[in-house]
Amino acid sequence: MTTGRLTPFLWTLFSAGGTIAAFLFPVHLFLIGLAFPLGWLEAPSYEAFRLLIQHPVTRLYLFALISLPLFHWAHRFRYTLYDGLQLYHLTVFIAVLCYGAALGGSAAAAYMLWNLR
Amino acid sequence: MSPMSNLAHHHTAYHPRWYRRRMSVWWWLKDRAYMKFVVRELTSVFVAYFAVLFLWQIRAVTQGPDAYAQFMGRLKTPLFLTANIVAFLFVLYHTITWFNLTPTAMVVRVRGKRVPDTIVAGSNYVAWLIVSVIVAWIFTRGI
Repeated sequence: MTTGRLTPFLWTLFSAGGTIAAFLFPVHLFLIGLAFPLGWLEAPSYEAFRLLIQHPVTRLYLFALISLPLFHWAHRFRYTLYDGLQLYHLTVFIAVLCYGAALGGSAAAAYMLWNLR
Repeated sequence: MSPMSNLAHHHTAYHPRWYRRRMSVWWWLKDRAYMKFVVRELTSVFVAYFAVLFLWQIRAVTQGPDAYAQFMGRLKTPLFLTANIVAFLFVLYHTITWFNLTPTAMVVRVRGKRVPDTIVAGSNYVAWLIVSVIVAWIFTRGI
């Protein structure tokens, strides 16, 4: 395996991301996907939301909330493609694509959260 | 080290000399248990979807009040409402399967005795509820 040495590390990211997604994604998705657009709950104003996510603690929280679940996806999706579609000859390509996408998303999150003002 | 022992330790994920009969790509439709497994794995796609959606929301904030209002307006369209309801259901499925797996992945012992699986999984659900209320409180109120 080309990613053999990295596997324990990637598995840790997968596991941490899965836990974050399990605990926090339902409530966030419920708020922005259902409760706010359907008017069940009032969404915070632009200014209030901006101030909230500007706080250093919130920035760190949002980075973890976005980055780690992306690695969770990368790990699961990689094996789904690999085993599910039996693309055994594309192992390296799939791994690079999945973890690369997670890395790219994390970099974008870091960049935006860092430059928030 | 002899050449033979070297060979014995050589391991590859794919061994071209083995004969493997190709299974249908739809192998997982044959059994409920396989289907549940594949659905569980596919929840990760919706997890990624939400991560990207949230990233998009943050980007809208960085672009100013108009871009943010436009983003919030977009969430009210039938396309996004439908996508988000589907994503919400899949993410819930992820949460439930993840919590129910915890006792298997992590054996908790108190004074040498294994804590029953139902208590380990159950405490996850209680923690989930508390965390969800706190997050909902903060993210509806703002600062």
